[in-house]
Amino acid sequence: MSTDLASPIPLEGFLTVAAMLFCVGVWGLINSRNAVRVLMSIELMLNAVNINLMAFSNYLDGQLIRGQVFAIFVITVAAAEAAVGLAILLSLYRNRETVDMERFNLLRW
Amino acid sequence: MSIASTTQQICFAVLSATTVVGSIGVVLLPNIVYSAFLLGGVFLSVAGLYLLLNASFVAAAQILVYVGAVNVLILFAIMLVNKQETLAAIPGLLVRRLLSGAVCAGLFALLLRVAFTTAWALPGPPPVGEEATIRIGEHLFTDYLLPFELASVLLLMAMIGAIVLARRDVFTTDVITGEPADQGLIEKERTPLLIETTTPEPTLLSKP
Repeated sequence: MSTDLASPIPLEGFLTVAAMLFCVGVWGLINSRNAVRVLMSIELMLNAVNINLMAFSNYLDGQLIRGQVFAIFVITVAAAEAAVGLAILLSLYRNRETVDMERFNLLRW
Repeated sequence: MSIASTTQQICFAVLSATTVVGSIGVVLLPNIVYSAFLLGGVFLSVAGLYLLLNASFVAAAQILVYVGAVNVLILFAIMLVNKQETLAAIPGLLVRRLLSGAVCAGLFALLLRVAFTTAWALPGPPPVGEEATIRIGEHLFTDYLLPFELASVLLLMAMIGAIVLARRDVFTTDVITGEPADQGLIEKERTPLLIETTTPEPTLLSKP
């Protein structure tokens, strides 16, 4: 598959790392009790997606690096999401005096 | 196999190991402050992976935005809400963890299968390398101009929304009617939440 011209690292290596990062993020998203840790898990998942985008951009789309532009937009949206999410978290903590995810069931059916 | 490619492989191995181990630590460590610092390490390792992928601009953006802004924001949030609370035990926690772990392992196996069985169109066109920043600028101001402008609007909306959500209401009079506001609703008048009101030593609390 890889010749001397290609990168010494196979594309599948990056995809594997991204898959592991994404799965760890999903597990943390499901199992975290602390709301801040849930936000951290979301950041992990976004980073995994970004690694995928950058790997495809470098290996399959080397001239028009559209994956890098997508990654920049993902970083922008992630920054906005973190700001709004932490503001919601502060407001919630002020009202409920806890960060336990199990007690945030106000919108549950 | 030249020296440069061996160096790249060693760098990739080290960076991916720190990324994965750090992310597992972020999820599993009991102290959330350690988790936040490990998250910064994970972001730095991901930036290193971007450098291996010939993307210096995105690596710099990753360090600036994630390590410099998001991680610091998360640390601030931890410092603001870091009340040591004993979480109430919920039934079936172990079962839930094992089940979600099995689901995540299945997802990982699925992703691996897709990654290794798909016939990628390799080798693709040669990467542009150092010209990547110029290409990104061309993209942002030609065919991705509308998303670029929308991103600026999104950031403005997020900034205003975060300020509105996180501010404390300290008005002494009602804005609409002009009457004195109900001071009981104002958090400034309540007991600060971070101080343990049940502590038997009030001298510690009265320290400014």
